[in-house]
Amino acid sequence: MLNRNALFYLFILVALLALAQLSLNNYYLRVLAVVGINIILTVSLNLTNGFTGDFSLGHAAFMAIGAYSAALLTLPMQYKLAITGLPFWLKELSLPFVVATVIGGLLAVLIAIIVGIPVLRLRGHYLAVATLGLMVIVRVVANNWQSITRGARGINGIPALTNIWWAYGWAFLTIYVVWRLVNSPYGRAMIAIREDELVAASRGVQVFRTRLLAFAISAFFAGAAGSLWAHQITAITPSSFSFLITFNVVVMLIVGGMGSISGSVIGAIVMTLVPEFLRRVETELTIGGNPLYGLSQIVVAIATILIMIFRRQGLLGGTELRFPQIFTPSSPLSSASGKRALK
Amino acid sequence: MYSPSYFMQQFINGLNLGSIYALVAIGLTMVYGILRLINFAHGDLMMWGAYLALALIANSFLPFGVAVLLPMLVIGLVGVLIERITYRPLRGAPEVAMLITSLGVSTLIQNSTIMTLTAQPQSFRLPPGFKQLYEVGGVNFSSLDILSFSLAILLMIGLTLFVRRTRLGIAMRASAENLRAAYLMGININQVIATAFAIGSGLAAVAGCLWAAQYNTVEPFMGFLPGLKAFVAAVIGGIGVIPGAVLGGFLLGFAEIFFVGFLPPAFSGYRDAFVFALLLMVLLIRPNGILGSSTEERA
Repeated sequence: MLNRNALFYLFILVALLALAQLSLNNYYLRVLAVVGINIILTVSLNLTNGFTGDFSLGHAAFMAIGAYSAALLTLPMQYKLAITGLPFWLKELSLPFVVATVIGGLLAVLIAIIVGIPVLRLRGHYLAVATLGLMVIVRVVANNWQSITRGARGINGIPALTNIWWAYGWAFLTIYVVWRLVNSPYGRAMIAIREDELVAASRGVQVFRTRLLAFAISAFFAGAAGSLWAHQITAITPSSFSFLITFNVVVMLIVGGMGSISGSVIGAIVMTLVPEFLRRVETELTIGGNPLYGLSQIVVAIATILIMIFRRQGLLGGTELRFPQIFTPSSPLSSASGKRALK
Repeated sequence: MYSPSYFMQQFINGLNLGSIYALVAIGLTMVYGILRLINFAHGDLMMWGAYLALALIANSFLPFGVAVLLPMLVIGLVGVLIERITYRPLRGAPEVAMLITSLGVSTLIQNSTIMTLTAQPQSFRLPPGFKQLYEVGGVNFSSLDILSFSLAILLMIGLTLFVRRTRLGIAMRASAENLRAAYLMGININQVIATAFAIGSGLAAVAGCLWAAQYNTVEPFMGFLPGLKAFVAAVIGGIGVIPGAVLGGFLLGFAEIFFVGFLPPAFSGYRDAFVFALLLMVLLIRPNGILGSSTEERA
């Protein structure tokens, strides 16, 4: 369970969020919620790409699955009438946001397992292209399954349920689960696979099962983040889940440093706020009367190339930021510092 | 229902699409063979080639041949520059680092195009002579079809001769076989890699012009999916082997056209999904592709 230090920082997070809720205007609250969603995406992508060493580019696909399925579950009746292929019981159904989000995540897990069993036999580049292929396939299905997804018109009228509480609640859950997982025998197995798969296998690690586990958990949180995203922007089309989304999450991951949870959080914060700021500049700054569309993405791309050349390990270089321990542990055998001593 | 002439018509369409895929796949396979890099920016160079050709055709009355050859030279040079600036500092880095860099380069190319030329698709119109239709036995084809196919074949023959007969070509094949050993044998691998990028990017530019001429439009994202599909073609044919890229390109072109042409129309929207399903099948059944024989671990 959460120890006292974790509870302390959770309390600080809640206090900060309450402060933000009271003092910030709607625009900043929306940006803050997007930061939270990006933290979920980056930390979950870190589980496969950073800890297990499977370079997946399929995050946008799982987001799309979570977003579409959760949106169909919370959509108000009058908008559901426009979706012709929906079974009758689904038209009647209107689920609470959190349940819909969990179901969206679980459907993403289902697809991750079905796809993962063949695809995770591949490694390196081939896995990257195969997962990118999954993204293309999901988009093609979303574009063509007119009776459920309304094709390119997309689904609109999704209730705007996402707020900073949901976003950061899920972000906290993601960080907690990934952190506990990485520090468990499963996580050690994942890191062992990343470092040397052959050695890991010969030491008794169930390589395939562990990789599938990482892929599935990563997909769950991507699906949940997709649901949060859908309930934030309230209208989704297949092109809402383009390759650019995957790319930006990968950039957040490498900015913070692969294999570091706190790095992912920092990367997500920085790489959401900087492009958001630049996007405002895009429309205000003009050259010859033309707004500089694309500027923020150009900056992101150049930053990516420079990081890869000059600081490949990212800001934190795979290490964790250590928060000061406020409470001393009651028993050396059940505390974080005790674990550190054993490490 | 499906007459022989309908079949022939689809065959010609497949030949056209296949020759474009083959041209793009050659560059991808050469670079992958030597550097183990999936160059995601390759498709975007195709897009730049098409834009350049558009500018040349629109602003002057250059013959189409010049309007295709000039982009080929310029984009070839651009490819060399990209390698020099972004990929060379990463020589010897983990393969994922180069992969991420190429994603960055791809986004950079797309968005700088959006910033300077807007994201609006622009129409790519050829001089009227190219849409001259011929009919032989119920099969229609235009002079553009003949031109693009013969241009593709000509370039492929030239490349084969280069790779088989010249010193640099042989050095290139040696580097693809084993970069380190090639280096130890005194091969100037920087020169070899630059040549691979120059040739690959030049061919991509030609493919971009042909693509734009075929579909009559250019836009900043036009290269991404063809680039990805060309990689699929290279994998099908056996990556790292140039004849494999050509074979894979034509096979993929035919497979895609036949998928759309011979299945009920309801399926045609799924053609991109079909291509990647095909990739998964090839990777799982024969990961080294048709002509690849390397025992290197892929799957």
